[in-house]
Amino acid sequence: MLKKTTEKPTSRPQKPIIKIDDVWKIYKIGDVDIYALRGLSLTINHGDFVAVMGPSGSGKSTAVNMIGCLDIPTKGRIFLDGQDISHLTESDLAQIRGKKIGFVFQQFNLIATLTALENVMLPMIFQGTPEEERKKKAKELLEKIGLGDRMHHKPSELSGGQQQRVAIARALSNDPQIILADEPTGNLDQKTGKEIIALLRQLHQNGKTIVLVTHDPDVAEYAERIEKLMDGKIVSIVKGKNHNHQHTGR
Amino acid sequence: MILEYFKIGIKNIRSRKMRSWLTMLGIFIGIAAIVALLSLGQGLRNAIDEQFEMMGRDKIMITPGQNFGFGGVAGQEILTEDDRDLIEKVNGVDITSGFLYKTVEVKYKNEVKTTFVTGIYTSGEETEVMKSMQNWKTAEGRDLSKTDRYKVSVGCEVTKDKGLFKKGVTLKETIELLGKEFRVIGAISCLGNKQDDTQLFIPIDTARDLFDEHDKLDMIFVKIKDGYTPKLVAEKIADKMRKDRDLDKGEENFQVQTSEQLIEVFGSILGIIEAVLVGIAAISLLVGGIGIMNTMYTSVLERTREIGVMKAIGARRRTILTIFLIESGLMGAVGGIIGVVLGFMISYGVELGAKLAGFSYLSVKISPWLVLFGISFAFIVGSAAGLLPAIQATKLEAVDALRYE
Repeated sequence: MLKKTTEKPTSRPQKPIIKIDDVWKIYKIGDVDIYALRGLSLTINHGDFVAVMGPSGSGKSTAVNMIGCLDIPTKGRIFLDGQDISHLTESDLAQIRGKKIGFVFQQFNLIATLTALENVMLPMIFQGTPEEERKKKAKELLEKIGLGDRMHHKPSELSGGQQQRVAIARALSNDPQIILADEPTGNLDQKTGKEIIALLRQLHQNGKTIVLVTHDPDVAEYAERIEKLMDGKIVSIVKGKNHNHQHTGR
Repeated sequence: MILEYFKIGIKNIRSRKMRSWLTMLGIFIGIAAIVALLSLGQGLRNAIDEQFEMMGRDKIMITPGQNFGFGGVAGQEILTEDDRDLIEKVNGVDITSGFLYKTVEVKYKNEVKTTFVTGIYTSGEETEVMKSMQNWKTAEGRDLSKTDRYKVSVGCEVTKDKGLFKKGVTLKETIELLGKEFRVIGAISCLGNKQDDTQLFIPIDTARDLFDEHDKLDMIFVKIKDGYTPKLVAEKIADKMRKDRDLDKGEENFQVQTSEQLIEVFGSILGIIEAVLVGIAAISLLVGGIGIMNTMYTSVLERTREIGVMKAIGARRRTILTIFLIESGLMGAVGGIIGVVLGFMISYGVELGAKLAGFSYLSVKISPWLVLFGISFAFIVGSAAGLLPAIQATKLEAVDALRYE
């Protein structure tokens, strides 16, 4: 059954930023009920670096949607920073996502028609940040991740690793508390993947909460703890082996 | 923020150049057609107004037949000198005038042409009424006078080289009409259409002998006395003519119209023609709108993932709706701008063509109202066409849209 480690990896104050409480997600396909989540409970505290692992069909994607406020549960409750978001409207969810969560996707998902700079500015536009401010912020972010000289390039003119770094800059643009990275290394070669993980670790060190969804055990090991999902619920939580290991990928 | 969405929209349109152009083609053909037709229509209207303004509002025109310009009923269908005498006695009538015309062969320096020869009244005031009704001005020489017999006044095309004749006719030369020689004593300024400008004018009494038409008149003009209402005088004339011809109301085989009524008739005919043509153009605009709708649906489908991403990073439904509406509206507006420019180019082309063909009435003007209307109408069509696709885009669930391949 559940094998929970009671021991926490760090001694930060334990304040939950995401609390998923006995969440069920049931899809109806014709007359058949598909149980994607069966009582998922998961708590992510401020400053955590959590990896969520699970084979396909384990409910991993659905769990990611719940953590990312992209979907609401059929049953159960989700708290984001203490606020119950289980029954919010789509537009309210969008607003919260934009402010509190930064997404990094496997396919980078940059807007093809916009330059790197414009992609990074986009979430700030949705939040109504004034132009001067968002331009300044986006430039800073791109410079920080080493793409200062590529900011006027379109995604198609950037390598996979560069695109993913732009995506990370975009995720950071509204200063979210949480970075939700869904298979961020899935479309990258090993070396570039390691660079991206290093970047995420750096963000973690700077105080961001990182949720890393992956099927790659090697990648997951860099997290503080690994939450393993099976049949729509967490079946084990283990400590990441390489969390404090200073890797030399970059 | 709206400005940003405009920038995003422009980028999206530009990223699919070929498709955007093809989509806009539908709009700008429609708008160009509407703008061209409306501006030409307005040009015509202005030309007609101008002509009638010159004619003056104190004139009445009596024509044979049941309807203006169209054939009539059985029985007496012509106007005669008796009618003119009758009309002259109506209370409020100041001066009457009129004309008789025929197409005849005319000869100048061994060159024979067929043209209209019009017999007109030649007392000073009768000529003045005729001149104001027909918008004549004497360009050269003098008008025909009461004592003239075999004298002719000519339309402007007759005096031009390669006009009616190979060589232009000059004053004091002679032209032969049905075997009689006529001396040219004056020329009339151009009226703007070939048929009028190739006319020859001779005294009506001479014309009666020449054409062997001793009573007939093709048209009678009336100038009313100051202080009388044209419409009331026209009614009295009609009444008197009905009595004389023993006809009941509604059975008239003649038409009595004031200059204002004529304007109305022209205006309403033009209005109907305009409405039909603009209606046809509107259909093409509708098809253009459907083109935008089709493109936007394709765009929503293609950009499903993009929509998902935008929702994930904080775009509300409203935002997505705005982005897509702006994009389709922009396509409409750009199509509209091109359409307006094209439309005016077409109408100027038509104007030029008309002038070359001898019709100088038409004068097209760029009305700011029409420019504004064309562009904003195209924008509205574009936005309306984009509405359904945009709503579909907002309905996409972020979760599903993100997984869309």
